[in-house]
Amino acid sequence: MDLNYTADELAFRDTVRSFVRTRLPHEIARKVLEHKRLRKDDHLRWQKILSEQGWMAPQWPKQYGGCEWNAVQQHIFEEECADAGAPRIIPFGVNMVGPVIIAFGSDWQKRHYLPRILSNEDWWCQGYSEPGAGSDLASLKTRAERRGDRYVVNGQKTWTTLAQHADMIFCLVRTASTGKKQEGISFLLIDMRSRGVTVRPIITIEGEHEVNEVWFEDVEVPAENLVGEEGRGWTYAKFLLSHERSGIAAVGASKRELRMLKYIASQEHSGGRPLIEDARVRDRIVQVEIDLMALEITNLRVLAADREGRAPGPEASILKIKGTDIQQALTELMAEAVGPYGLPHLPAAWGDHWLGERVGPEYAAPLTARYFNYRKTSIYGGSNEIQRNIIAQHILGL
Amino acid sequence: MDFNYSEEQLLLKDAVEKFLDKNYTFEQRKQIIASRDGISTTAWGGFASLGLLGVPIPQEFGGFGGGGVDVMVVMEALGRALVVEPYLPTVVLAGSTITLGGSAAQRQILLPRIADGSMKFAFAHTEPRARWELNRVHTTARQEGGMWVIDGQKSVVLHGGVADLLIVTARTSGAPDSPHGITLFFVNPAEQGVMGREYPTYDGMRAAEVTFDNVSVSPESMIGVLDNGYPLLDAVIDRGIAALCAEAVGCMSALHSATLEYLKTRQQFGVPIGRFQALQHRAVDMLIHCEQARSMALLAAVKVDSANAAERQRALSAAKDFIGRAGRFVGQQAIQLHGGMGMTDELNVGHYFKRLTAIDVTFGNGALHRERFWQAGEAPAEEPVRKPAKRWKQLV
Repeated sequence: MDLNYTADELAFRDTVRSFVRTRLPHEIARKVLEHKRLRKDDHLRWQKILSEQGWMAPQWPKQYGGCEWNAVQQHIFEEECADAGAPRIIPFGVNMVGPVIIAFGSDWQKRHYLPRILSNEDWWCQGYSEPGAGSDLASLKTRAERRGDRYVVNGQKTWTTLAQHADMIFCLVRTASTGKKQEGISFLLIDMRSRGVTVRPIITIEGEHEVNEVWFEDVEVPAENLVGEEGRGWTYAKFLLSHERSGIAAVGASKRELRMLKYIASQEHSGGRPLIEDARVRDRIVQVEIDLMALEITNLRVLAADREGRAPGPEASILKIKGTDIQQALTELMAEAVGPYGLPHLPAAWGDHWLGERVGPEYAAPLTARYFNYRKTSIYGGSNEIQRNIIAQHILGL
Repeated sequence: MDFNYSEEQLLLKDAVEKFLDKNYTFEQRKQIIASRDGISTTAWGGFASLGLLGVPIPQEFGGFGGGGVDVMVVMEALGRALVVEPYLPTVVLAGSTITLGGSAAQRQILLPRIADGSMKFAFAHTEPRARWELNRVHTTARQEGGMWVIDGQKSVVLHGGVADLLIVTARTSGAPDSPHGITLFFVNPAEQGVMGREYPTYDGMRAAEVTFDNVSVSPESMIGVLDNGYPLLDAVIDRGIAALCAEAVGCMSALHSATLEYLKTRQQFGVPIGRFQALQHRAVDMLIHCEQARSMALLAAVKVDSANAAERQRALSAAKDFIGRAGRFVGQQAIQLHGGMGMTDELNVGHYFKRLTAIDVTFGNGALHRERFWQAGEAPAEEPVRKPAKRWKQLV
């Protein structure tokens, strides 16, 4: 029993830490730490720095330009990045479609798409959910009809994160409507510039444009963009989910946010004293901190099992549920900590180039919006209720 | 990083589980609780011959020389079997007090007797007005004619009635709530002036209210350094907390298995009730609490031996708070999911629930430990944003 990193892992952490500390642009880190709005360019700038270092794809095999880091190393990397205030790597290319192409894609797809993911030439988005297919994803209706050497796609995807920036979308589409509904699904790669693709913004409760509807109207997709076999898309989608677990607990980011929460609580005042000295407030902060410690160790237990070659299992669902609980609790406490200065709604104040007068402390402006926005975390990526169903079925055998 | 038990630890786990499965069934436990002393000398002898009583005792004194994780292995198994014998006060609390603070002679004489099962101890610290405060000690010890004379009252002394020797905290100087001025003593309960009133606790164990009225003990009865008992007491109670966390994990995992079994077999509306999503999600939340509690018990087991007191206190308090909350949740859900059966004395479910409830209020509850956690290690808040390095422009 040893809860500490090995000497090799510590050396690896130092390497990552010094790289992130020296290369992460300060303006970007500041935005992340202060919850300012990130532009597409900010993401790309950081991801290009990672590309140059050869660290764009921590989990890919070396032969495709990845780092082939084990689960613990990936965790260390993510934790160091999060701690320093690096933007989260946009996962759709490198962590989602990438591993699917590596496992099931054609040689052409590997040659063509993988390097473009590594170099950030293609920004990917994920075409899974539909208006009528959320938790019941397999009931999706977007159709792809084979006509000669191409597919013709009609339908609508929704909740498509950052589709407004995307060059490519990977889609689950229906290629057959007979048999079990899972069996008629295929995995298709679609160029967002194709004729007939329309992106419409969905504005969420905090007023931001993060997700979209993506419409397909007679969109022609070359047949070579089908991944693997027709009708096997559900299998690939499940494979993808099992690879999405990296960073799912968001321990590094939550530690960073906890630090920010304590900082805010030390700046704000209540009864003439720093808020953090109010026993009722402090008790709630401490409770979240202790919950985060428990999650951190549970996460390390899962990673250690992974490193020993035990198959990734449904315990990732535990990490998702607790990870998002904690993220939400932190955003809630932060918004509460600024008291009445949680009220002003000045979206421009958390974007670039805001020259207007601030209202309240600088850190206060985005906090309530962030609290609103983070309600999404227990819904996306398989809602926390779906995660409980997965655990009930696969771990508990109910 | 390695979360596996060593080969030795796996053997220990296997041995203690096998022993308890065979010799400590729920029915046997009931008889033990109903017996005059409320503990079984047969079981205690069995623990001794298995080597369990020497697990944390140094090898030179007939023990196994184990650390926090080895104790965790034993305590988890004791938790699963709801063992009522005084392992915690004897092996963990007294064993630690003597190992960490005892004189050479005290170690030489007493540690082997813990390991071989010939002596049982109780730890008399809590007082009526102290709740769980470690520093608040009103019981006094004064020197008189070369002896120490102890006066005061100790409350809820776990297993006080069966102890061959008590460890008593007493104030030798300072104000009643000062950490400085506390000293630990051995007191023989048969000594003139020691009076005890034994009673059952709701978890099937026993405790006692013990009063000391001009109790005279020899200078050799003092443990550690005069007036400086607090750090020792703090470290010993942390050992106790780590052990309790492991015991709670054993209780929780037993409850979760029992509940799962019940969900799969109990039929209503023509199907096993485990088919119902409302119940499935409760069972899942139980599992999550069990796993997270195990993580915290591991943290406690590893950090309890840490030389850094602040780090140790932080980890142990975090674990105690978390385990208390998790234990309450898992216990309550287990009863709810067992329905009416969960309310019966006949089923073991309620007994695990009661033990978990008792663990929560032993050595401080969550509120106390969250505050201790904060006091142990909060560095002053710094501005979390790094300032850009100043760049000087050369003008000429």
